[in-house]
Amino acid sequence: MKHIWTILKRELTSYFTQPTAYAIILIFLLLSLLFTFTFGGFIPAGDANLEWSFLLIHPLLYSILVPAVGMRLWSDEKRTGTIELLGTFPLPPWAAIIGKFLAASTVWFIALLLTFPLVITVNYLGSPDNGRILSGYIGSFLTCNVFLAITVLVSACTRDQVVCLIVSVMLCVLTLVCGHEDIIREIAKFTPSYLVEGMISLGVWDHFRSLTRGLFRYQDMVWFTSVILTCLIGTSAILSAKRA
Amino acid sequence: MIEVENLTKHFGSKYAVNDITFSVKPGEVLGFLGPNGAGKSTTMRMITGFITPSSGDAKVCGHSIIDEPYLAKGKIGYLPESAPLYNDMTVTGFLKFCADVRNLSGFAKKEAVERAIETCFLQSVAKQSIDTLSKGYRHRTCLAQSILHDPEVLILDEPTDGLDPNQKHEVRELIKRLGMNKTILFSTHILEEVDAVCTRAVIVDRGQIVADGSPEELKKLSPTGSLHDLFRSLTTHDSSHNSAA
Ligand SMILES: Nc1ncnc2c1ncn2[C@@H]1O[C@H](COP(=O)(O)OP(=O)(O)OP(=O)(O)O)[C@@H](O)[C@H]1O
Ligand SMILES: [Mg+2]
Repeated sequence: MKHIWTILKRELTSYFTQPTAYAIILIFLLLSLLFTFTFGGFIPAGDANLEWSFLLIHPLLYSILVPAVGMRLWSDEKRTGTIELLGTFPLPPWAAIIGKFLAASTVWFIALLLTFPLVITVNYLGSPDNGRILSGYIGSFLTCNVFLAITVLVSACTRDQVVCLIVSVMLCVLTLVCGHEDIIREIAKFTPSYLVEGMISLGVWDHFRSLTRGLFRYQDMVWFTSVILTCLIGTSAILSAKRA
Repeated sequence: MIEVENLTKHFGSKYAVNDITFSVKPGEVLGFLGPNGAGKSTTMRMITGFITPSSGDAKVCGHSIIDEPYLAKGKIGYLPESAPLYNDMTVTGFLKFCADVRNLSGFAKKEAVERAIETCFLQSVAKQSIDTLSKGYRHRTCLAQSILHDPEVLILDEPTDGLDPNQKHEVRELIKRLGMNKTILFSTHILEEVDAVCTRAVIVDRGQIVADGSPEELKKLSPTGSLHDLFRSLTTHDSSHNSAA
């Protein structure tokens, strides 16, 4: 536990002593608000629950911005050789993996927190279902963590941050679209239903959507936790295999 | 105390380290010599637990690096060959982070960091960001990290590489001083260093030990009585073509 905190503290300091975290948070806030008031049609639709106008755009923004935050976590460590220090310090590999993951996750937690003026605004303008908004936020944050776990996994495979960014963005977009309603409808026309079911449950969209609708389904929680854990365990396996 | 038993590492079909066995006792300073690509760094990486050996084992203070890695790693101070550092930190920040990792806290941590900064002559750059340091200072910062927790075993991969003559001298004196009650294994390409600081030297070539003994013993083996000639006669001139023997 103490080791996780040590690593988390170092990574967080590194995010906030460099422009990375500030830039990403700022871009996220700008883009998400811009979309809300333009394509999201927040004002004309009077969407007080923030579902269509605000939350639904998050996964798309995440699929590009989250890899940008996570890409340096292991790639940089390999490029500069500091992985040799980490590997010879008396700390378990999972402590470093979880510490790094949590640091990037904290950056996004802060980014989401900073969208609070919008929640205040809808409460002032209308009477939204705040439980549903909270559930939507949780879904958004969990989706973000899934993408982060994917990025961490990819960054363990390469020392090149650009390669890591490109590959992770692609994987994130794939997990996003493979469960999207419109794509599923088309694919269902010529594929057996069990394959379609499989695709839906693999993709993040269905699980994200149920949370933004205010449904707090047990299977979604299991899905999010297991995908994140699988990616982190995979990271650990790749890191130790590379050393053998 | 370092005990290396039949340590072997191959990358594909290429043997980087081939069945090396030796031990270093407390109070001994062992110089690890060999041409480029002989397998010195690979051996050190295996002893420090960074890479897993293909076969064989290394024990540090009685703890196997394979079976009890955390206990063994806790006893070691290690300076990697390239002296890697976190560029976004300051020298003091980096050393504090290392102290945290080594479970030092409070007063012990403060004292350890101050002592390491003093020993490695880093006072003038203590608050400076690491990415603006010169090569020699980077090297010294990484050295400071390795002696921070006052380890029983020191493993230094080319500790004097890139240092100015004054600092080379200081580091040699430091190794000699620490060597009185610690176990030290260090690699070098400077044969004069062997005379100056080592109590024993091992020469490796193509992953195998070709000579092992005190500097005096090694000199006797040499036809002309100089370590340079011994080194040249025992090692191949191009060991980058080493493969499974
Ligand atoms: N990850 C790796 N994959 C493949 N080959 C490797 C790897 N690491 C080391 N080698 C090979 O193992 C051999 C020994 O390398 P090592 O770095 O241990 O040499 P060295 O004795 O430290 O040399 P130098 O004096 O140049 O530092 C070299 O031929 C090197 O190419
Ligand atoms: Mg080397």
